Amino acid sequence: MSGHDAGSVLRFEDVQVALGGRPVLQGITLALQPGEVMVLAGRNGAGKTTLLRVATGVLEPDAGTAHACRAGEPERPLSQFSRRELARHVALVPQETSIPFPFRLLEVVLMGRAPHLGLLGFETRHDVALAQAALERLGIGALADRTVLEVSGGERQLAMVARALAQETPVLLLDEPTSNLDVGRRLEVLERVRALAAEGRAVLVVSHDLGLAARFADRIALLSEGRVHAVGAPDEVLRPDLLREVFGVDTEILRTAEGAPVVVPRR
Amino acid sequence: MSVLTPRRLVAVLSALAVALVAVAMASLAIGPVPVAPADVVDALLGDAQGATADIVLRVRLPRVVLAALVGASLGVAGALFQALLRNPLADPFILGVSGGAALAGIAMLTLGGAVGLGYAAVPPAAFAGAVGTVVLLLAVAGPTGKLSPTTLLLTGVVFNAFASAAIVFLASTAGLADGASIFLWLIGNLSDARFDVAGWVALFLVLGLASALPLARGLNLLALGEEPAAQLGVDVERTKRVLLVSTSLMVGAAVSVSGLIGFVGLIIPHLLRLRLGPDHRLLLPAAALSGAGFLLVCDTVARTLLAGRELPVGAITALAGGPLFLWLLRRHHQRVFVS
Repeated sequence: MSGHDAGSVLRFEDVQVALGGRPVLQGITLALQPGEVMVLAGRNGAGKTTLLRVATGVLEPDAGTAHACRAGEPERPLSQFSRRELARHVALVPQETSIPFPFRLLEVVLMGRAPHLGLLGFETRHDVALAQAALERLGIGALADRTVLEVSGGERQLAMVARALAQETPVLLLDEPTSNLDVGRRLEVLERVRALAAEGRAVLVVSHDLGLAARFADRIALLSEGRVHAVGAPDEVLRPDLLREVFGVDTEILRTAEGAPVVVPRR
Repeated sequence: MSVLTPRRLVAVLSALAVALVAVAMASLAIGPVPVAPADVVDALLGDAQGATADIVLRVRLPRVVLAALVGASLGVAGALFQALLRNPLADPFILGVSGGAALAGIAMLTLGGAVGLGYAAVPPAAFAGAVGTVVLLLAVAGPTGKLSPTTLLLTGVVFNAFASAAIVFLASTAGLADGASIFLWLIGNLSDARFDVAGWVALFLVLGLASALPLARGLNLLALGEEPAAQLGVDVERTKRVLLVSTSLMVGAAVSVSGLIGFVGLIIPHLLRLRLGPDHRLLLPAAALSGAGFLLVCDTVARTLLAGRELPVGAITALAGGPLFLWLLRRHHQRVFVS
């Protein structure tokens, strides 16, 4: 184990997964540190979503291991965690959620408390307050009593992020959390994500928006054909040669007044 | 509407239980020979003798109990199928599960004699038919387990048409007496009400509720999708297996004693969700109590609407349920159909 991997909350070690006979992940080795925001980028079909599924334990690797480490405990493979234990360690916000019944947003966020409650336990006042706070944190506190069928797609997506927050996990996985959001909301969500990392959570975000990734990520991992092609600080990874290898596009890297890189495709 | 608390759960269920008892008392009092409410109470307490006691205890009570149990089973089964298939249009009748149970039951009724199986083999055959239909549905859904509303409705329509045709075929090969009872099965009726029959329905209703209620919060999480539910700690496969079996048993028991009563499992959970919200911890027991009350009202109408003649209760649930469901669809279009 390299020095950088020590103390990681989630670690993939040569993870390989084939879906329907097609190899999707072909040896992913990557470690997530507490307090960091890592952006996972790559072409469609590069295996980003699959990697997140492995991280939640619903998909077991065909070879290699995904490990998790809880505070004060030695690292263990995910397969040695119970489902509920894992649900207290890792929360995932999927790309899209369709909910067939008229649950109110507050109820949806409260679902995130499930791994912390007993089998027959009802949500306590503490749980409700926590869920309401999560909604407020994402700027949709006023919508708590609206049903999921009444709000917009973007608002539903924010509620799903709030649900993951209410889960109170050290690891947060977000699969294109900003895809349905307008530019203002997009910035807001990423600012919240930064704040969460500042509290010590580890955040892994799948995103196609390299510009925002450059501003908000501590590290960017470029996935290509089921492998980690490059990983490092935005400045190290957002290079025309690497981007050409991963996306097959020529790019120009411009700088904002603050010096943040901006990726501009040229073809 | 506040978040579900034990207090709210108890309050709502108590109100529904009181309403159910009131409906049952009314149903015991109403009939060709009217009985005063006080006499009904006396008869139930064993303080009455003679014709009034016989009417209340021997004629009406078994029927009232059976109607309540079948209604409760169908209401709960509807809510459970909707949760498991993540589809608000799922219902034992629409899915064809009731049809499958009826087909197997009738096949046993008409053909079982030839292989030495009597009437007692009909309920187990109906169970088998219900379970078999669910297995078939899941096979159609494929490995993803996803049934779109369209697939669901089409499969149900096709399977119901097939089952009806097969039942008519069996009816025409059987004697006339069987033919008449087959017609009553197809419409759904409760005229064959006996306490021993009601006991079986009660057993599977209790088993169904006992297996479903501890999993009710898991069913809420299942609304997010199967994988998100698993990521929140739900054992999705186990939940589905346990509940599909117990739901099929409830439907099989209900169908084997009453035939194809439609709309209860569809309408009751719908109305309850509009009024009480979709939390299954409240929805499931509320669906039992409301389904019981609804079918009891329908059956009371069925046996008193025409003087001197009885209508099959299934005709009443369909006459009441059809327009009610169309009204629901129109009024709550977005809530019923989700893209």
